[in-house]
Amino acid sequence: MTQALLMRYLLWPLVKFLGAFIVVQAIVAAMNWVERRLLGLIQARLGPNRVGWHGLLQIVADPIKFLLKEDIVPSSSEKVAYFLGPMLPLIPTFMVYCLIPFGPPPMFIAARVNVALLLVLALTSTGVYGIILGGWASNNKYSLMGGLRSAAQMVSYEVPFGLSIVGVLMICGSLDLVRIVDYQANNAWNLFPQIVAFFIFFVSMNAENNRTPFDLPEAESELVAGYHTEYSAMKFAFFMLAEYSAMIVNSCLVTLLFLGGWTMAIDGKGLTTQQLVSMGVLGGIIGLAIFLTKMMFFMFVYIWFRATFPRFRFDQLMDLGWKWMIPLALGNIVVTGVFVLIGQERLMYWIGLATLGAIGFHIFRKPVPAVKAKTAHEVAHAS
Amino acid sequence: MTTSFVPVLLLLIVAVGLGVVFLSLNWVIGRHQRTPSKLAPYESGVPLLDTNRKRVNVRFYQIAMLFILFDIEAAFLYPWAVIYRRATYGNAGMFLFGEMLLFIVLLAVGYAYVWKKKAFDWK
Repeated sequence: MTQALLMRYLLWPLVKFLGAFIVVQAIVAAMNWVERRLLGLIQARLGPNRVGWHGLLQIVADPIKFLLKEDIVPSSSEKVAYFLGPMLPLIPTFMVYCLIPFGPPPMFIAARVNVALLLVLALTSTGVYGIILGGWASNNKYSLMGGLRSAAQMVSYEVPFGLSIVGVLMICGSLDLVRIVDYQANNAWNLFPQIVAFFIFFVSMNAENNRTPFDLPEAESELVAGYHTEYSAMKFAFFMLAEYSAMIVNSCLVTLLFLGGWTMAIDGKGLTTQQLVSMGVLGGIIGLAIFLTKMMFFMFVYIWFRATFPRFRFDQLMDLGWKWMIPLALGNIVVTGVFVLIGQERLMYWIGLATLGAIGFHIFRKPVPAVKAKTAHEVAHAS
Repeated sequence: MTTSFVPVLLLLIVAVGLGVVFLSLNWVIGRHQRTPSKLAPYESGVPLLDTNRKRVNVRFYQIAMLFILFDIEAAFLYPWAVIYRRATYGNAGMFLFGEMLLFIVLLAVGYAYVWKKKAFDWK
């Protein structure tokens, strides 16, 4: 009896967590390379291409370099808080992995908890402590300013982030991520009825992770490097690790909440959870592959955004968060409430689909005019 | 089920352990060459002229306070949202919707007040 309990609550979760941990760390390390190569591609330059084939060994080289570098602790810093700074954001982002189902339930989830979503939100929002603590403990103007900005920003976008999920909960009626995914497989992706919530969630998640266009805490032209100015070696790597892990967690969340997670089904037809489970190990792998594909798409969008958008000003950032996103999110809750109350959820799917269609139509309506670059000769003789 | 949270607690220990192990590893095999200028706070190469902990804008605290209000409100909406759908199948749907509407209207009044007081303006 004890042995069975031990297996169930200690050994299996640990094995699964380590599996998820290794996979996510591999993705984090790979993302570092992918991001730099992709940015290079978008900006018409090469990016890292020296270490190994197409610079692929950069994935291994970076961690080794972080380990071998000197861990500088500025003499004027608060030592304990300086140590806690990088640890605090790292721990919750690691813990979140055990709550996220990466595939069909029994196999790919370390700890199935009935309030998983709430716990994930609680854990991810604690990341702000480490950032503000690290910024303050460094005893540096730029760090303090970056930490404060980051705290204000993360805190501001936490509100629309949390409110946008309410609509999904109203439709799915559960905080269990597996149930939310199953509901979507049996109906349709939440992306359609909750299209407003999806956009709010997506923008807030970019802001939460301090990614461009919301990377004011790290605005290098104003703040050197923001809250991690004084950090070096492994402690700096922890901040980076926490940021990328949080990006992966948020990509997983948006996949689970709005894009049907590991399933690929509409109205219960297609690859639902039951279908995948009945296929055994193969089904598990297919589910995992579907999930990772959807997740990696959002990781790609993160990088795409970074290469595309200029940075906001701080007052614009706060305006967007407090004056636009919060009323929109509250309105979304009321509208969803009305639709659920009158039992016309199907109508919401069609409205969402129509909205998406309209957006797509608007984007692709007219071809983007090609900008012809001037040659050096034309520039010299333009008058 | 409380027992389903046991793995989460376990993983807290694993996460802390991993962090400490990596940091100590870095401490052991990393370089140790301390110079006074290396340990000084970073100031773009010039010596520090005044204090590092300057006064900061009070709006940061204001935002933190507003966040607590609004985020608690979001947390209050969660249990309501989870049971809302099931309630609409019975007779309680209208009642629950009215309650939520009342809650959001009360919140909107506070929101409008805060907006009017220019707490969202960063000028």
